[in-house]
Amino acid sequence: MTPLLQVEDLRVSYATRTGLVEAVRGVSFTLGRERLGIVGESGSGKSQTGRAIMGLTPPQAQISAKTLRFGDIDLLTAPPKLRRNLRGGRIAMVLQDPKYSLNPVMTIGRQIVETLRTHARVSRAEARQRALEMLAAVQIRDPERVFDLHPHEVSGGMGQRVMIAMMLVANPELLIADEPTSALDVTVQLEVLSILDRLVGERGMGLIFVSHDLRLVSSFCDRVLVMYAGRVVEEIAASDLSRAKHPYTRGLLDCVPTLGTHRHPLPVLDRKPEWRL
Amino acid sequence: MTPDTAPALSIRSLDVTFGPFRALQDVSLDIRTGEAFGLVGESGSGKSTLLRAVAGLAPTTAGSIRMGAETLKPGKRSRAFHSRVQMVFQDPFGSLHPRQTIDRQLLEPLAIHGIGDGERRILKALDEVGLGAGFRFRYPHQLSGGQRQRVAIARALILEPSILLLDEPTSALDASVQAEVLNLLEQVRRDRKLTFVMVTHDLGVVTHICERLAVMRGGQVVETVTSADLIAGKVSAGYTRDLMRASEGFRRH
Repeated sequence: MTPLLQVEDLRVSYATRTGLVEAVRGVSFTLGRERLGIVGESGSGKSQTGRAIMGLTPPQAQISAKTLRFGDIDLLTAPPKLRRNLRGGRIAMVLQDPKYSLNPVMTIGRQIVETLRTHARVSRAEARQRALEMLAAVQIRDPERVFDLHPHEVSGGMGQRVMIAMMLVANPELLIADEPTSALDVTVQLEVLSILDRLVGERGMGLIFVSHDLRLVSSFCDRVLVMYAGRVVEEIAASDLSRAKHPYTRGLLDCVPTLGTHRHPLPVLDRKPEWRL
Repeated sequence: MTPDTAPALSIRSLDVTFGPFRALQDVSLDIRTGEAFGLVGESGSGKSTLLRAVAGLAPTTAGSIRMGAETLKPGKRSRAFHSRVQMVFQDPFGSLHPRQTIDRQLLEPLAIHGIGDGERRILKALDEVGLGAGFRFRYPHQLSGGQRQRVAIARALILEPSILLLDEPTSALDASVQAEVLNLLEQVRRDRKLTFVMVTHDLGVVTHICERLAVMRGGQVVETVTSADLIAGKVSAGYTRDLMRASEGFRRH
């Protein structure tokens, strides 16, 4: 069986006044129907990796790879029309902040229906029905009411559940979640994660979970890629996290203050130039 | 009460209302001189509003705030107040002027308060937050998030205040950069014997920095506990327990 996604030697670079900046420098991994976490600090290239797979890299950037395949489709040579069909259809993406990523002048229901009808031939009535079911599936208590609301009328946690509903309504095979809970409160975060976890499990999707929070990612995913300066410095099974070898991974784990540990001052990362190599 | 144990801030039955909405309801707290006090809760719990009310940035409709022996009048705070109380905001991208150099932004509070000796003070403040003189004539867009937050801390410290109000100072930063900024905050507190009031939603951060904390919800204080009691699980409110469970991370059921 071919894997869901094959990435080999992915590079994303931007031409700037001071020369070529390589945001992603040779990332390789394969993904089955599993949960993969990509972790790193800002600027490590984790979001750029997700966006390149989704086909959302801005046109001025240069993308190259030995392989970038989604199922049987070569994403590098796929025409724009095919990429458009994949996006939101077979590959979907949940973004960080529902405040900025939902359309503010369109009701929640219409946005979900629009996604579905772009990718599947269904009647208006059926689309509405499926949107309502999807809202119920992300545990929105009164789907009929929320269907007619605008995004500013719902809370952040509800907005994020709406976005998950919108992304899952077309039954994608691969979901890329880019910091899906970073803009949410701690208490709401867990609620949203457990909904995401259940739906991904039930539908047998592949999931790429991009975040800067190593602990959160490892509690959620099967496997974690740790990125630094555009490269993967360590790949580790989530259950083996305590045995991480790379000093950067260890540093990321150590520097977070947790309940019940007394470390003054906190250990900080001593970034070694050889990690960039 | 000896002068040493007199509260730095004493808040009594404070109400803040925005139109029909009561953002704070009957909040009373004492913050001791020299302690680090945390305010924890979810969005909309009123924790930031309480901090802003102390700074004179939110409309108080009832109750009183005392700083030392002085009762603060509602409305705009005096210059003397600002030389004793300074604030650091959450977003290091929004709280610095994008078209002014770091030098200019650090000079501003000195100019407002008519303090000379700018050159020496600016260099000292930059040095204290670990940035060095090389950053003096840069613009905010040339700095990283952590470096900007250091500038914001330098700007708050340059007037040599005794109380620092911190509104989620590290929640916009990466975990690794957060550790650096938390260490810096602890160090300046030790060096200058500052009183901290810190708003955060992260129990790990608050118990690391603060000795005591108040848990807030719906504009009210649910309970006030010491960090030691919180870590030991000696809390009385169910809501505090919910927060503690949430901070342990995701668990598959």
